[in-house]
Amino acid sequence: MTDPVSLPPFQPWIPFLTLLKREILRFLRVSFQTLLAPVITASLYLFVFGATLGQRISVLEGFSYAQFVIPGLILMGIINNSFSNTSSSLFMSRYLGNIVDLLVAPITPAQIILAYTLAAMVRGMLVGAVITLIALGFAPLPWIHPFLCLLMALLSSFLFAQFGIIAAIYANNFDSLSMFTNFLLLPLIYFGGVFYPVSILPSFWEALSRCNPLFYLIDGFRFAILGVSDNPFWLSFGAAAILAAALFIWAGVLIATGYRLRN
Amino acid sequence: MAVAALKIVHLCKNFGATLAVDNISLEIAPGEIFGLLGPNGAGKSTTINMVTGVTRIGSGKVSVFGYDSRADSLVTHRLIGVMHQEIVIDHFFTVDQAIRIHAGYYGLRDDPRWRRTLIERLGLVPHLGKPLRELSGGMKRRFMIAKAMIHQPRLLILDEPTAGVDIELRRSLWEFVREINDAGTTVLLTTHYLEEAEKMCGRIAIMNRGKLIALEGKETLLNRLGGRRITVTLTEAPPPVLPESLMAQSCLLSREEKRLTFFLSGTCAVGDILRRFHDCGLGIADLDLHKPDLEEVFLQLTSQANGTDAGRTP
Repeated sequence: MTDPVSLPPFQPWIPFLTLLKREILRFLRVSFQTLLAPVITASLYLFVFGATLGQRISVLEGFSYAQFVIPGLILMGIINNSFSNTSSSLFMSRYLGNIVDLLVAPITPAQIILAYTLAAMVRGMLVGAVITLIALGFAPLPWIHPFLCLLMALLSSFLFAQFGIIAAIYANNFDSLSMFTNFLLLPLIYFGGVFYPVSILPSFWEALSRCNPLFYLIDGFRFAILGVSDNPFWLSFGAAAILAAALFIWAGVLIATGYRLRN
Repeated sequence: MAVAALKIVHLCKNFGATLAVDNISLEIAPGEIFGLLGPNGAGKSTTINMVTGVTRIGSGKVSVFGYDSRADSLVTHRLIGVMHQEIVIDHFFTVDQAIRIHAGYYGLRDDPRWRRTLIERLGLVPHLGKPLRELSGGMKRRFMIAKAMIHQPRLLILDEPTAGVDIELRRSLWEFVREINDAGTTVLLTTHYLEEAEKMCGRIAIMNRGKLIALEGKETLLNRLGGRRITVTLTEAPPPVLPESLMAQSCLLSREEKRLTFFLSGTCAVGDILRRFHDCGLGIADLDLHKPDLEEVFLQLTSQANGTDAGRTP
């Protein structure tokens, strides 16, 4: 007979590992949408800016336009997919109601955030790696600081995974979730210096661009690959790290308090 | 004294101006099968959601086997298995994958023997490889029961487990619940099928409009109406006007040829009425005594509560 007061067997890291596995399986199950589609989109950009325009224009001395734009395109793929993974998965769980499976389970808020974040980073880095491989066919890259390049990619992925969690919790419906993507994420990316160096802008717009956190991520990532940037690397890394920490705390508070998750 | 499997003290919850749960207190002993009944909107699911952590506790306290549901939530979550009323499934996975994932959420390494037992007893074996979204409503409910039991909880909460489920599964489910209860699992169940509660539960609480209006042993609750219905079949047709002595402490409900149906008040013993028939020279061929069932008690209690509780505000 079961002793009614004894606790069932429990391995504290299994809930975290299970959620991580579940999140990775989830995006692999719909890999056409989660992996293939972003790679095709990035490939189209690479074709336009690498094979056609890229050989004819230059915005940075010593580098072709293709070489300039590729770091931004890689990071754009990482950012978009890290954001999409956490935002769509968590929002769908809220929408379909299966978030209760986590709310009633012995899993800590920290484990929930880490599992969602790591899965998003796996997806973001996978997409980034494939885009990188394709990009190598369009232009050679010097890879000046490979370790810093990996560091900025991981930091950017982490940051936007947190942003995805926050968006999924605040979104009331699919429409408002897409507003985060279309009216916040995309403008930040496009005005963050993916396609042009911010230093060529008129001073007002350059100053405004410097308020865009994406500018620091892209600039730092570009520095790690090409060795040139608008900012010193420490400034780009520091700004990204502070923002990532702030968003992590924000997402942590939302999950820990069950904001919009528990009634 | 054994620590209560579930102890709820002065539990309250309001959603805006609506008081969903109004100062509920109850205790469930280890090993009990406890029924929580009430009409739709009574506050049963909100109470259960506060116990399981899906809904924040407004005020009051919940403890599970002595562990506080807020301070020791990770422990209480391990002790509780819950099947929610709403069908909630993860559309991305098959039945087998989803059950394994759910076991993982509870910190369990795979326990193939128990998993196999569950899926066999719940008739899920032929559906293991199917995506959850392709299951019928009844099958989804079976899957949800498997999820609730996968970590062999000490307190199993079943919120309307048999809603929309065929008779065969209902029967086999209750058999299974009895078995795991015999093995030591405490069960809290809500159901709209009052005959199921009557058959399964030792004690029953009835909620109405957020309040607990009854909490008693099943027998005590069934005796609450304080009366019985008695149908007497006489050897000969009775006279057109029945003797007055027969009508004391009873009320004639119907009369057809040799059959008379009375409602006896709680103070009238059956022996007394039989003697009165004998004294009046009326021979009895057959006798049928009907005690009130849970449905009658339930309806009486909730209608009384509705009558006295109208216009309540938090």
